[in-house]
Amino acid sequence: MRITLNVWRQQNAQAPGRIVSYPRQDVSPEMSFLELLDVLNEDLIAQGDEPIAFDHDCREGICGQCGVMIDGVAHGPQRITTCQLHMRSFADGDTITVEPWRADPFPVIKDLVVDRRALDRIISSGGYVSVNTGSAPDAHATPLPKENADRAFEAAACIGCGACVAACPNASAMLFTAAKVTHLGELPQGQPERAARVVSMLDSHDAEGFGGCTNIGECAAVCPAGVPLDTISQLNVDLLGALSPRRPG
Amino acid sequence: MATTTAAARVRKARRTSVGLKLAMAITGGLFVLYVLAHMYGNLKVFSGQEAFDGYAHHLRELGEPLLPYSGFLWVMRIGLVVALVVHVWAAVSLWRRANHARSTRYVKFRPVQATWSSRTMRWGGVALLLFVIFHLLQFTTMTIQVGGSFDSPYDRVVAAFSTWYILAIYVLSMLALGMHLRHGIWSAVQTLGWSTRRREPAIKRTALVIALIIVVGFLVPPIAIFLGVLE
Repeated sequence: MRITLNVWRQQNAQAPGRIVSYPRQDVSPEMSFLELLDVLNEDLIAQGDEPIAFDHDCREGICGQCGVMIDGVAHGPQRITTCQLHMRSFADGDTITVEPWRADPFPVIKDLVVDRRALDRIISSGGYVSVNTGSAPDAHATPLPKENADRAFEAAACIGCGACVAACPNASAMLFTAAKVTHLGELPQGQPERAARVVSMLDSHDAEGFGGCTNIGECAAVCPAGVPLDTISQLNVDLLGALSPRRPG
Repeated sequence: MATTTAAARVRKARRTSVGLKLAMAITGGLFVLYVLAHMYGNLKVFSGQEAFDGYAHHLRELGEPLLPYSGFLWVMRIGLVVALVVHVWAAVSLWRRANHARSTRYVKFRPVQATWSSRTMRWGGVALLLFVIFHLLQFTTMTIQVGGSFDSPYDRVVAAFSTWYILAIYVLSMLALGMHLRHGIWSAVQTLGWSTRRREPAIKRTALVIALIIVVGFLVPPIAIFLGVLE
């Protein structure tokens, strides 16, 4: 396959970036997208050029490191992580634009690598359950209906890749925040801090400089972990509850 | 995490971006109800001049003698102005927040499923605000009079909509209103937390149907007048 990659190159957070074009003649359809970047980088290194910096780790779709904007869509044309994307998803002769996630709370570190620690700070503001951990309790010590367990698990599938922020026209991290609020809010252990959690996490979300949600739904449409849009509805319910002074937590 | 009092938590909750969205959803819901009532009044034009003018007059006498003459209308006007100020203030706050959240734009960005309605809420809202100002100058304060000056609301409406450019302004404005409501109604329901994965398609369909009813309901009288069905 002949593929032209138009890649965003940026030396550091302060330097201005620009798109650089890299035409390739020898792309195999079986290659993953990251393997194409690897091959391109080997050539760049051989030529004495600076290789393209990009985040990646597990390369099996579970770590959430490898997010980049591919042709205007977070993680590219399929609803999977970038590492799971293969060149057979593209046509011979395609020109593909590759950019970093764009959001002010995600400053570019270099080329396609952004600093996503803002998401960690949202989690540390309340995305946990404060209980003393001893030995693991019996699995059936706290009964939980299957549907709540399933929903908690579905929300907990979030890998924190940041695609929701990247795809959102408002650069909002609401789906990310809602996934954690839903995950813990569905579980009995999450109840005592439920009201405080949603307020602390939203306060942190807003303070990090993410935009507000306008329910457009681009986030859930690109989420490689399949976190559903109605988690945001659930977060809104929790915030409504937190507005009542009678609510504990 | 739970180190604050309930009162401090409530204050913090109100200041969040979701607090602003709730303010927009509640005020937006009031506007939808008002617009439906307004549409009902407009459709009275098909019952003839006497019924239409009688309705306009009755609105001023509504609630008498408990309320003074025009008292009901003033209660409505004040309520709507307060709701409008809250709606616009929250919208502007969220708009600024979103602009600051992405100061560097994508070289290439392709929405996956966003409707045109959902992506034009802000500028569409600005257009609607300008339309409301024009509409009030035309039919409430009567600063802008098109087609002559009349005592009868019916005559005023017929004269105005016999003019092509007035019809064009209203057709475009109502299409903008329909788009704003199509996303706005769905968005309000989701913000109020009533949406679930199962209900979501039905909520979006209902929002579309309400938007279509409002667009058609508002456009039928002016078009009928322009075509000479009413005179």
